[in-house]
Amino acid sequence: MSEAMTLGTSLPRLEAAAKAAGAARYTADMELPGMLHGAVLGSPHAHARIASYDVSAARALPGVKAVVTGADIPQRRFGLTVADESALAIGKVRYIGDPVAAVAAVDTEIAARALELIKVAYEELPAMVTPEQAMADGAPLIHEGYAGYPKIFDCISSGNIMSLARISAGDAEAAWSQCDLIVEDVYETQAQYHAYMEPVAAIAEVDAVGRMTIWSTTQSVFRTQACVSEALGLPRGKVRAISPYVGGGFGGKSEPGVQLVAAVLARACGRPVKVVLRREDDIMTMRSRHPAKIRLKTGARRDGTILARTGDVIMDGGAYADDSPAAMTIVLHFLRGPYRIPNVAFDGRVVYTNKLRAGAFRAVGNAQATFACESQLDELAARLSIDPIDLRLKNAIQQGDRWLGGHAVGSASLAECLTKVRVASDWDTRRAADQKATTTGKRRALGVSSIVYTCAYLSTSAVVRLLEDGTVSVATGAVDIGQGSDTAIAQMCAAALQLPIASVTLVRPDTDATPYNSGTNASRVTYMLGQVIAQAADQVRTQIFRHAADLFECAEEDIELLPGGRVAIKGVSERALTFAEISRRAHFQVGGPIIGQGSYVFDAGKNDPKLAIAKGTISLEHIGTYVFGAQVVDVEVDEITGKVEVLEAWSAHDVGRAVNRQAVEGQIEGAFAQGLGYALMEELVWDDGQLINPSFMDYKIPGTLDMPPKFHPIIIENPEPTHPFGVKGIGEPPVIGVAPAIANAIEQASGVRIRRLPLTGERVLRALVTRDSRAP
Amino acid sequence: MSADIPIKLSVNGEDRNIFVTPTRTLLETLREDLDLTGTKCGCNQGVCGSCTVFCDGLPIRACLALAVTMRGREIVTIEGAHPGDMLSVVQQAFVDAGAVQCGFCIPGMIVSATALLQETQTPSDHDIREALSGNLCRCTGYAKIVAAVSLAARRLNGTVGGAT
Repeated sequence: MSEAMTLGTSLPRLEAAAKAAGAARYTADMELPGMLHGAVLGSPHAHARIASYDVSAARALPGVKAVVTGADIPQRRFGLTVADESALAIGKVRYIGDPVAAVAAVDTEIAARALELIKVAYEELPAMVTPEQAMADGAPLIHEGYAGYPKIFDCISSGNIMSLARISAGDAEAAWSQCDLIVEDVYETQAQYHAYMEPVAAIAEVDAVGRMTIWSTTQSVFRTQACVSEALGLPRGKVRAISPYVGGGFGGKSEPGVQLVAAVLARACGRPVKVVLRREDDIMTMRSRHPAKIRLKTGARRDGTILARTGDVIMDGGAYADDSPAAMTIVLHFLRGPYRIPNVAFDGRVVYTNKLRAGAFRAVGNAQATFACESQLDELAARLSIDPIDLRLKNAIQQGDRWLGGHAVGSASLAECLTKVRVASDWDTRRAADQKATTTGKRRALGVSSIVYTCAYLSTSAVVRLLEDGTVSVATGAVDIGQGSDTAIAQMCAAALQLPIASVTLVRPDTDATPYNSGTNASRVTYMLGQVIAQAADQVRTQIFRHAADLFECAEEDIELLPGGRVAIKGVSERALTFAEISRRAHFQVGGPIIGQGSYVFDAGKNDPKLAIAKGTISLEHIGTYVFGAQVVDVEVDEITGKVEVLEAWSAHDVGRAVNRQAVEGQIEGAFAQGLGYALMEELVWDDGQLINPSFMDYKIPGTLDMPPKFHPIIIENPEPTHPFGVKGIGEPPVIGVAPAIANAIEQASGVRIRRLPLTGERVLRALVTRDSRAP
Repeated sequence: MSADIPIKLSVNGEDRNIFVTPTRTLLETLREDLDLTGTKCGCNQGVCGSCTVFCDGLPIRACLALAVTMRGREIVTIEGAHPGDMLSVVQQAFVDAGAVQCGFCIPGMIVSATALLQETQTPSDHDIREALSGNLCRCTGYAKIVAAVSLAARRLNGTVGGAT
């Protein structure tokens, strides 16, 4: 099989048949001998000190094997950017649902009854449920010990503000005077729940020598290992993390779910313990997309040249930092958008509040920034009487341009993406016609959004082993959370060694068996793994060639790789040796087993202070490779009810090279759906610290009938020059532009600009009523 | 809890005698007592459809059905939805159309889709979307799921080949 046949082929996923048969096991499906069931008691208060515990009645309940509270666990903290969390609340609780105690029992019913018997005495503290309350003068601190917590970034903080950051370039203040038009407004985005279909679950077991094994639903076995190790004070090697099949993540399973609770329970009772959250508890206690309030100001010349932009961003981080400071850095990094704007200044504050923590969520930070930027760009276009796509094209980043701080942009294909959706949607004709063509009470129009994101991120590694029969085994720590990376990795490895896909087997992520990979985040896995698979396969090939040269008594340069796991002297394919023959020689006669390995850390280069000043941010040195896209939506607004429907959509993305077209389309379609939910219906709502819609009854995600009947994924392939297979990531970009494109279409259709997500019927109707009451 | 109520039901064509508590759901019985973990628990409120199984030939939510009400019923789960080791036409179409991503919703989807195709030979895309509107998926955006059901229908009614 040639490389061309393997790469780009729409192969079904390696595990698709097992999943369709119901045979694939997820964490909650596993059962270990002697296993107990765990349950977690959450705080009833948004902010309170824990005065005392009484667990005697719970311990006395027959069938209960362990009850643990924050007083029984190592007094240690962990966290991705700030070490501010503990396995169970220590000393105080910071949101309703904050884990206070946990129980292990012989079944889930007894565990649930035991929770009701635990008595915790609290001293309530004032709860601050909005960033404004938390930033008010004299607001009590949510984390009194914040200054002393270990952090991984250059932190500037103040009161409940966990991170103050600034990125600037040029001189925005001086540039305003050169602008003919300045637009300024505030854009607000909501808390979105990940709603992965598989609720979080973990099983922990301690073996006879005290070593902990955790099977869990996670996006990174190495983050699971690190957090359990830090929280329990165990050396890394004493914690083994494994990932069975994972039922979606979208960022919500990047950091721990219930692994820590399972771990402390397993230690307390000496038996394996499984913890599976009910959906309500998952919604209440895991994480959300960061709610953001963005004041944005953009100035341009009459001809549409944008000269300056400033932004002031407040994000609600909730009770624990998780990745919030990194999320803010991403917001600031993308507030300029994919445009040449020479003068910018962006300020951000992430604030602790007494609510559910916010964290990574498909296009973290970028989705919020882009809603503001791409909405405002249309407002600017309208005021300048320039077509929105023309305005975007006029300012689009071009080949050879640099990103804020100096990152190389790579193939800058925004203009190509915009042109594709413009042509495919018949934009020029329809924009001129649509808003006039109305049926009873309904108006219809197109809206557009540009998209830019990155896909290279941090570090990873892989080991490729040639087995005795000439097939290969690939070990990477990359968790396929459903997005299809296992198949893409196998396809890339098969292509590099010209093997059929059936000759490549992936080792499941296991910190004992697979080498380091930072996590399934940031659209990075196919890009990053491609780098290390190419290195490892190259080492395997070199060793195979060495053996073949020995056997053929020729020079290594005279050997060539043939499709199907064979090598021969160039031009003498009839005398080929198989990988199996070479591998058996290596295993049993000469040299030893053939193993290739690859390690890679993405290096974007240091921030150039002449190009941009960054303060209080996470380092962007290991984040880069820019991915461009554009989306157009055809939207109908029912002006009687305010209901917004997307009738058709076009989503064009430069993926470098599609390793598996069907999987790429699946990513575009799925991310679009999640963007549609974000745009139109999804919002976690709190009433005084109490989350009031923690169920799929009350928190609606898009179903089949919410999706546009016609959807067009458009794949553009400009091979990425920094990548051995030319690929870029596509997991997140298609989620980014949906909300602003819909908001832009609504304004085009009905003349109302809504700057607050989600764009619910109620919100749209209110805007329409206001519009009509203003009409002469 | 005492498991004190005996019930007899048929699961995937086999008679099963089990003891259940009054509050035990069919979903818990299938997953925990019978080790049929292909049926998933996504919400436990009858909203997401991940636990859809056949009961006397009709799709139901196993999380909302109490096990004690299942006396004498015939239950078919995803594990019983295919003949022998072969995937059913519907299952194979899901694989071929790329409709499977994380896979957690897929068993319920396949049961709902199979129920539709038992009623209708030539469903339109809209029919499929309506029939699956009670099954939530967060990965696929449903496009390839709708395509899979349409493919299965065409294979079943002989319009296209590739069925097993």
